[in-house]
Amino acid sequence: MSALTFLIVAVIKIAVTLGVLLTVVAYTVWLERKVVGRMQNRWGPSRVGPFGLLQPLADGIKFLLKEDLTPPYVEKNIYLLAPGLSLIMALTSIALVPIGPVIHLFGISTPVQITGVVNAAGQPSDINVGILIVLGITSLGVYGIALAGWSSNSKYSLLGSLRASAQMVSYEVSLGLSLVGVLLMSSTLSLSGIVHAQLGTWFGFIPQWFIFRGQFVAFFIYMMAAFAETNRIPFDLPEAETELVAGYHTEYSAMKFAMFFMAEYANMVTVACIASVMFLGGWSGPSLPFLPVAVQAFLPLLWFSSKIFFFLFLYIWIRGTLPRFRYDQLMAFGWKFLFPLALANVIVTAFFVAIRA
Amino acid sequence: MHQFLFLLFGAFCVGGAINLLIQRKTINSALSLIVVMGSLALIYLLLGAEFVAIVQVIIYAGAIMVLYIFVIMLLNAGQEEDAKGSNVAKIFGIPGLFAGGMIGIWVLLQHRPEEKLIPIGALYGPADKVGMMLFTKYLLAFEVTSILVLIAIMGAVVLARRSNS
Amino acid sequence: MIPISWYLLLSAFLFACGVTGFLIKRNIITLFMSIELMLNGVNLSFIAFATRLGTLDGHIFVFFVMVVAAAEAAVGLAIIISVYRTRETLNVDRVNLLKL
Repeated sequence: MSALTFLIVAVIKIAVTLGVLLTVVAYTVWLERKVVGRMQNRWGPSRVGPFGLLQPLADGIKFLLKEDLTPPYVEKNIYLLAPGLSLIMALTSIALVPIGPVIHLFGISTPVQITGVVNAAGQPSDINVGILIVLGITSLGVYGIALAGWSSNSKYSLLGSLRASAQMVSYEVSLGLSLVGVLLMSSTLSLSGIVHAQLGTWFGFIPQWFIFRGQFVAFFIYMMAAFAETNRIPFDLPEAETELVAGYHTEYSAMKFAMFFMAEYANMVTVACIASVMFLGGWSGPSLPFLPVAVQAFLPLLWFSSKIFFFLFLYIWIRGTLPRFRYDQLMAFGWKFLFPLALANVIVTAFFVAIRA
Repeated sequence: MHQFLFLLFGAFCVGGAINLLIQRKTINSALSLIVVMGSLALIYLLLGAEFVAIVQVIIYAGAIMVLYIFVIMLLNAGQEEDAKGSNVAKIFGIPGLFAGGMIGIWVLLQHRPEEKLIPIGALYGPADKVGMMLFTKYLLAFEVTSILVLIAIMGAVVLARRSNS
Repeated sequence: MIPISWYLLLSAFLFACGVTGFLIKRNIITLFMSIELMLNGVNLSFIAFATRLGTLDGHIFVFFVMVVAAAEAAVGLAIIISVYRTRETLNVDRVNLLKL
């Protein structure tokens, strides 16, 4: 594939993925309001369009037209930089996620992954250290929050951002360690390699995903660490309205607040993508031969979307159900429970992998 | 192409380093250091060291600099420092340093030996080879470093604790 | 194709900036950041030579330098916090109780 072809294909992939991602982010907000509303025995948004489906559009217009005021004593440059940084980091991780297998269109074969190419042997390959890049981008996401609180020049913002940054940094450790078990079993760091290690089924219908191959505990550790990383209930003390006004984004209005908002939901989607790739097999799933061939071509995308939808629904379900942790309980949970559990998971997995080898 | 990428990321490094020196607010210095580390990670990728590049982003730019920014925020180190240097030193020193540096570089470039050129695109530092070396050839250093980090953690906790008298 | 001296020049420049920052600056935190800049410059030199010689020992050394830098940053920042608590200032010129 020549360089120009690669460039054009990459630009098309980026445009499509970004469009789909932003739409998913907008409609996750709608889904959350609907589901939490129904759990609390009330309708969610139901007036703007059928079932309130045009509500995200209305929200977008509201954010665009709201008064965009900058408080006087903020540090201007960092104040403007922080939401952009947050959103950039949230939207970048999707480039590494394998959304589907290799497709052949107009004579070009390419995997459904922004950073994926087909190498000379016809196998899809992507960046060798894919999962580490995702962890690196997650680490850089802390900056948006830290700088937002600092530049806002107000007590509540600073406290909220310090708490949020400390929480995110603490749970990053458990996040990374919980993935080490999967890496030991798949012996590769690239995300498409991990998906390929989970192809195949037992008895024809139970897929060989890592969650069924012993990484059950790691899955739960990852989910709990991911909830803390994305500042969602039950770990959302830093941005809870009743606690710290609005935490680190108190002083932001209109479009900048919308960027933080989008960044939070895009982080949720990213975490759901990584969880489904590492533990639930990404786009792999049992192939259903009784479906027509036209649908079967889309089956991997369908499996991937349903896994993402399952995770987003899990996020929203837990938000409607659980109370939030107090801050010291939150930090104690992360360091005294999750971290030793993740270490124990690594040791047990390494033991079993060594025995089998 | 390789030259263009190196010059671009090198310019970011140089700009970030100079910005660290000339900024008066500490937070801006910290942010320029993060820019330096990010562009250094990209230069490592140009040199084929993919694992080290990612580890640089995760550890240096993602953890150590977060620690620095935390401390700047906690101690409210945004105050601009007072610079009590002599003006003569500044007027003659900085161009003199620059001129001396250029002369030194010119002399070095005249006398350099036969050089091997580094190609782009050869990623030869994958994680498994680095890991294999870490666990076989440099195992002792690895274990000693882990003890060092443990001592550093204990030291940091003890030092930063408020003494309850 | 780039000769290796360009990478070494960049590394030397970063190291020189780090040394200059260490000598000029008066804020403790900026001093520590200049030390980190020096370490980064040295890391670049290691990786450049590792690519030149075709081995991976340079990468391992850079890995250890990063770990040591992390440990040093943690302890150093804890010391800075203690100094700030007792002396109420972040200017190294004011931490001069032992001066004659």
